[in-house]
Amino acid sequence: MSVVVGPSGTLLESLERRSRTSRLGRGRITLAVGILILGTMIVASLAAPLITSAKPDAIDPLHPLLHPLSPGHPLGTDSFGRDIFSRILYGGRIDLLIAFGATSVTAVVGTVIGLTSGYAGGWVDTVIMRIVDLFFAFPFFVLVIAIVAMLGPSVFNMFVAIWLTSWISYARITRGHTLGAKRQEYTLAARALGYTNRRVVLRHILPNLVSYVIIFAMVDAVGNIVLGSSLGFLGLGAQPPSSEWGVMISDGQNYLLTAWWLSTFPGIAIILVGVGFSLIGDGLADILRPGD
Amino acid sequence: MSGRFGFLGRRVLQLIPVTLGITILVFFLLHLVPGDPARQILGQHYTPEAAAEIHHKLGLDQPLWEQYKLFMDRLIHGDLGDSVYYNQSARSLIAERMPATMFLIVYAGVLAALISIPIGIIAALRRGGVFDQATRIGTLITFAMPPFWFGIILLLFFALKLQLFPVSGYGNGFTDHLWHLFLPALTIALAFSTILTRTLRASMLSTLRMDFVDTARIKGVSRTTVLMRHVVRNAIVAIVVVFGINLAFLIGSTVLVENVFSIPGLGELLVGSVSSRDYPVVQGTTLVLAFLVVLVNLLTDIVHAALDPRVTYE
Repeated sequence: MSVVVGPSGTLLESLERRSRTSRLGRGRITLAVGILILGTMIVASLAAPLITSAKPDAIDPLHPLLHPLSPGHPLGTDSFGRDIFSRILYGGRIDLLIAFGATSVTAVVGTVIGLTSGYAGGWVDTVIMRIVDLFFAFPFFVLVIAIVAMLGPSVFNMFVAIWLTSWISYARITRGHTLGAKRQEYTLAARALGYTNRRVVLRHILPNLVSYVIIFAMVDAVGNIVLGSSLGFLGLGAQPPSSEWGVMISDGQNYLLTAWWLSTFPGIAIILVGVGFSLIGDGLADILRPGD
Repeated sequence: MSGRFGFLGRRVLQLIPVTLGITILVFFLLHLVPGDPARQILGQHYTPEAAAEIHHKLGLDQPLWEQYKLFMDRLIHGDLGDSVYYNQSARSLIAERMPATMFLIVYAGVLAALISIPIGIIAALRRGGVFDQATRIGTLITFAMPPFWFGIILLLFFALKLQLFPVSGYGNGFTDHLWHLFLPALTIALAFSTILTRTLRASMLSTLRMDFVDTARIKGVSRTTVLMRHVVRNAIVAIVVVFGINLAFLIGSTVLVENVFSIPGLGELLVGSVSSRDYPVVQGTTLVLAFLVVLVNLLTDIVHAALDPRVTYE
């Protein structure tokens, strides 16, 4: 069997290129599936009033704990007779807000801090990195609980706790890549041309590391949605009668034996959103960083 | 050898600023409380006298620097302050709850290793095969799965329906602990093994590409021997490192899962103290868990240095 080798390429190069193309192809499929799953969840929760006429907080004392596939209640009802399907759709607004709101702020802030730290170097870098090390010593989840404990349990304070603590991962990633990019010739060239630091960082260094940030942000979004629902479950995030998914799972815990569906379906919703984000992240990694 | 020794020496020295930093951060937690902490603690039982007493107890009637000095002075003597809810010191509360949490962390760590080491190795050796693909999909789902939810599902099937395991509690004696904590440990282990499996697989794949693997094979060393002596050994080192890095995650999951299974550990104490606004206990628990992370990280670094002669300081 002969291997066709391009006129300018060696065998190894062509093999590498082939594996890159296959990664690219696989990445596109993964990304598409991820966008499809997450997109469906986003549209479903935003367009909830168009999809179901049931109100998420409408109590119906005559029909508590209806089984899934009951007429008018595809996923059944809870102990107050509230429609589970509708509650999941509306509750998704909170969980998706946590995923996007918590992640986007920390991604931007952490990236700016990491860029500053890596580019400035010297004592600025030392101080920032010591703070990062310090935060890494804490069990993240425990620190978030402790901050929420002090500020008082609510969705907003949960956001504050995540904002305060989870920029550190972005700072560490960005700083590492900034250090690498600083030594690259394109950065030296840009500086030799007399561009301001701001322009060098934003126009020359940032574009080269932004893909790492975006890929990590997808993983982080999964973490944040699990975190947000965990706090809701513990009573430290969204508060009842909210239909945030963690709160719904907690509500259903008392009816496990008689009504398994109360806790089960909101959990599946969390998994779907998480898998959607993960697939988007994996797909982007294959497309944006095929060489890694 | 001196490189490794020097590494550990510097590693221990590094603990000093981190430990100090932890105390400062935990100290400032109390100052995040909006308004007057005494008012929050007392609620409707608020009287100026009671508030003044709490101020004095928490040291809030002094300037910030004096407060920190007092906090540190107490800490050095092992005093974490008194619980405002229980009639007990935070230290004795934490000491009571510590064993269950430690047991659960170790148990979950062992289970996670038992789950992820074989899966990671097989997935890497059969890269792209059916098993590898199944592992990829499996870890994708378990990564997005909230541990508390999975705990509830396990509880439903194995404790309530099949009645194989108890619904809650910690039990008495070692074997009873093993039995009581099996479902919670499995819940945590599954979440943790997602990370371990992925790292182990990636580490195996990169080791398999190394030149020394080819060299050994060309020298006529059997495939199994190469795998056991070179590839798996390197992968185990990777596992130790990942264990250290992700210990904080393991502890976080433990805190969460304790609350699902009502295990009398630090996690249950921490969450319970939030609703009773028991600030000293929240601070104490946070401090102890952070110290635990620092300590175990040091231990994993020592083990890493012992297993891998290439370790030097950065």
